[in-house]
Amino acid sequence: MELVKQNNPQKVVRATKRKKKLSTDHMMALAFLLPSFILIVIFVYGFIGWTGYVSLSNWNSLVPDFSFVGLKNYLYLFGDFRFQADLRNTLFFTILFIGLVIIFGLTLAILLDQKIKGESVFRNLFFFPMALSFVVTGVVWQWLLNPSTGVNLFLKTFGIQPKWYTDTTILAGFKWGQIEFGLPVAMIAVGIAAVWQMTGFSLAMYIAGLRGIPDETREAARMDGATELQIYWKVILPQLRPITVSVIIIMAHISLKIFDLIYSMTGPGANFVTDVPGVYMFETTFRGNYYANGAAIAIIMLLSVAIFMVPYLIRSRKGEA
Amino acid sequence: MVLRSISKPLIYVLLIAVSIFFLMPIYVLIITSLKPLEEITLSNMWKLPSVLDMSSYSEAFSKLAPNLMNSFYLVIPATILSAMLGAMSGYVLSKWKFKGSEILFTLMLFGMFIPYQSILIPLIQFLREVGLYNTILGLILVHVVYGIPIATLMFRNFYVNIPDEMIESAQIDGANFLGVFRHIMIPLSISGFVVVAIWQFTNIWNEFLFAVTITTSDQQPVMVALQNLSGSQIVQWNVQMAGALLAALPTLIVYILLGKYFVKGLLAGSVKG
Amino acid sequence: MKKKLILTFLVVFSLILSACSSDTSSTGEKGDGKEKLDIFSWWTGAGEEDGLKALIALFEEKYPDIPIENAAVAGGAGTNAKAVLTSRMQGNDPPATFQVHGGSELNDSWVAADKMENLNDLYKEEDWNDKFPKELIDLVSKDGKIYSVPVNIHRSNVLWYNKKVFDENGLKAPTTFSEFFEVADALKAKGITPLALGDKEPWTATHLFETILLGVLGPVDYGKVWTGDIALDDAKVVEAAETFKKMLTYVNEDHSSRNWQDASQLVGNGEAAMNVMGDWAKGYFVNDLKLAVNEDFGYIATPETDGDFIVITDTFGLPKGLKNADDVKKFLGVLGSVEGQDVFNPLKGSIPARIDSDLSKYDQYGKDTIEEFKTANLAPSLAHGSAAPEGFVTKVNQAVNIFVTQGDVDQFIGSLKSAGSELK
Repeated sequence: MELVKQNNPQKVVRATKRKKKLSTDHMMALAFLLPSFILIVIFVYGFIGWTGYVSLSNWNSLVPDFSFVGLKNYLYLFGDFRFQADLRNTLFFTILFIGLVIIFGLTLAILLDQKIKGESVFRNLFFFPMALSFVVTGVVWQWLLNPSTGVNLFLKTFGIQPKWYTDTTILAGFKWGQIEFGLPVAMIAVGIAAVWQMTGFSLAMYIAGLRGIPDETREAARMDGATELQIYWKVILPQLRPITVSVIIIMAHISLKIFDLIYSMTGPGANFVTDVPGVYMFETTFRGNYYANGAAIAIIMLLSVAIFMVPYLIRSRKGEA
Repeated sequence: MVLRSISKPLIYVLLIAVSIFFLMPIYVLIITSLKPLEEITLSNMWKLPSVLDMSSYSEAFSKLAPNLMNSFYLVIPATILSAMLGAMSGYVLSKWKFKGSEILFTLMLFGMFIPYQSILIPLIQFLREVGLYNTILGLILVHVVYGIPIATLMFRNFYVNIPDEMIESAQIDGANFLGVFRHIMIPLSISGFVVVAIWQFTNIWNEFLFAVTITTSDQQPVMVALQNLSGSQIVQWNVQMAGALLAALPTLIVYILLGKYFVKGLLAGSVKG
Repeated sequence: MKKKLILTFLVVFSLILSACSSDTSSTGEKGDGKEKLDIFSWWTGAGEEDGLKALIALFEEKYPDIPIENAAVAGGAGTNAKAVLTSRMQGNDPPATFQVHGGSELNDSWVAADKMENLNDLYKEEDWNDKFPKELIDLVSKDGKIYSVPVNIHRSNVLWYNKKVFDENGLKAPTTFSEFFEVADALKAKGITPLALGDKEPWTATHLFETILLGVLGPVDYGKVWTGDIALDDAKVVEAAETFKKMLTYVNEDHSSRNWQDASQLVGNGEAAMNVMGDWAKGYFVNDLKLAVNEDFGYIATPETDGDFIVITDTFGLPKGLKNADDVKKFLGVLGSVEGQDVFNPLKGSIPARIDSDLSKYDQYGKDTIEEFKTANLAPSLAHGSAAPEGFVTKVNQAVNIFVTQGDVDQFIGSLKSAGSELK
């Protein structure tokens, strides 16, 4: 683009004329950007700073108390059964959720890529839960996965009766801190609902990715004698890797801050098997009036998301510049 | 093109199986909402209703109607305002780049990934100070502000694709900053507005955390009211299911009518676009 | 063509925007002149909502020119409402009057934060001082000053049982813990769930625990636990925890997916035999499940609490800083009158807080309970915020939630003890 500009003879002539305009135009540009920028600085960065300050304070009752207590609230949380359980649940939920969303999304994208009839019908069907609220999803799946109703009525014929989100078993558990560390079975139920809702996202991403791969690439591979399976495995999948990274990052930030789905579907659950930091933060802050503890949970949530997001943002911005 | 190892019928079987999984909740949602309360027992949950009973809809509607209106009052202005702000800052960040504008953009983008819990306590204090706590106006402000990053991103990615030459020739014709925006960028970005509007509409409509913490009772948007339907009384499943369907209807309609734009917005959310 | 369509779409959008922006501004202002009385509560369930509406109708009849509004908040057995109330109080936007349980929930929070007006004058004006039991007035007073008006009494320590199940199996309602376990074993042998629990919301399990605590410790020592005079790791508390643990082995398997209504339903339809719940469950049995008192279901004090009464009283006070304080006092006047209490309580399924109400308006359970209330030893409820501050209750709920699954008594007592720092 720059080269074109310099080679444009008209441009040189106009340069002096433009300069005058530049200043007013630049003022306008500033006026366009400034409101948004100031709002973001205050509402995002300023507020995060304030939350950080609250998390170091003693405000754990109805009346605000901003006396400085250092890391007391954080130390309390890391020794707290409920918060330890939250960290475990979030970890396993995130792995389960991302893994399933990718496998489902990719498989469906490849199946839909086979030039089948009714492709758009299927595609729209798989996308539509994305338009729903997590609250609606939670309400419906709570009923579907209720151990005494829902899908268990079907499963009765097969003689299995999973306890879904009421199951307090921790798979492959071992004692770690206050809690038993392992896969909380109840989280699988939440995962199913979340996967139902979010598969559409990875599917859309992969469909766009597959469309972006030119037919010539496949043809070339075919000429080289690759089987269809090899083409997918060796040619197409590697090309989809950046998309997979995006899907992982986006899904990770959704799962790390998840609140509404769990709040409306299961709540914290028996023995906190379905509790997550988002729910704990909400309940402890707005129900128990432990504002400083709530702020500390929020800051930990922010940091866990930032670990993923910041490098990703920086890299994707750099890639573009 | 065709996976020879998997035959076509098998593909259809797989797709239909997955479709059933995707439709199952909707099936239950609809048939349960059409049943009278007596018929909602464990054993016939999957059965079709013996008579079509719309009473759960009228009950859910009478309970949710004020909140549905709240949602509309919230979503429409918030969507328009955040789209406007996004278009403005997207325009500057794509066509009037300056030193540091990329960093600034990245800083703004970060705002869309933060867990909102991390700003919630100060936000509530702030809204109280300015007298907007527990008002729809306050909720509009919140959604406009936190909608800026995604709207900016979408518009910026859209505007980057408008060739610089068009702007330059307009400038030669004497158009200034505003003129370019009004006569070139806006007309060319109508579909961009649609994408952003649909995205914001869906997101704000479906949002729960801000709604449940910033508003109370008669100011609450529909999602909170829906969650509260399972409140302190017996869970009337038919009413709750009817309510869920009612609450989901506006976004579903938007999706059905304008699904293409919705998916575009979805993809734009992945930063690179 | 397409573009035009989209443009009209946008125009319509902005038209709606302008329409509703004018709309929001008009709803934002409160009615001209008169301030509205917004009555804040979490009464949205079947009977309670009717009771509240009847009370409001009574007020409207007496004061037709004072605008009044039912500002009830649904969800979570009051937890949602309490969160909303906290926000409003902190934002200096208090409701005209609000539902609050007598005891700690009132005194250690709003009164301690200096947000409530003293109501001694109102009590004198209305001549109420000898119309409510003295112990009850104490529960809504701090340092001799009265801060709210009780409208009703609920009893927490009630054991509900399915009469048919008990009769068919030749069982008698248990009065002691050992009888309870005998009955429970007999039921279990028949394949009937002995005790129904629905602890999807953890307060229900805490509720069960508080009745056991009272049974093991007796009313005097029970009260001392909350003042710190008896340690939370006292041998008696440990004994109560052991009993609690044993009782939990008799509950339905899907307890964590049920709420208290779902659990009561199990008793109603005979799948389970017993249920410990406050006497709002009676309203549920009678109104929602259409069961008859003493025919389909029976009631008795929970084991070893005969003559003791864990009291939950809903009260209403006067927040500071209101412009229409006189109107609020008029409402409190109606609320505390015999007429007000007798219009509200039969519908809500509670008994009146006054001792001079009209017995004929109440059903058999109500009459029995009113009698018992006169002579019983009153004890404050932990699960419902009367015994101890919210912060302590939150932590106990958390500890109970863990205990129900893990059954680790040492850990439970340890958690209780560390929560004890909240008692101060």
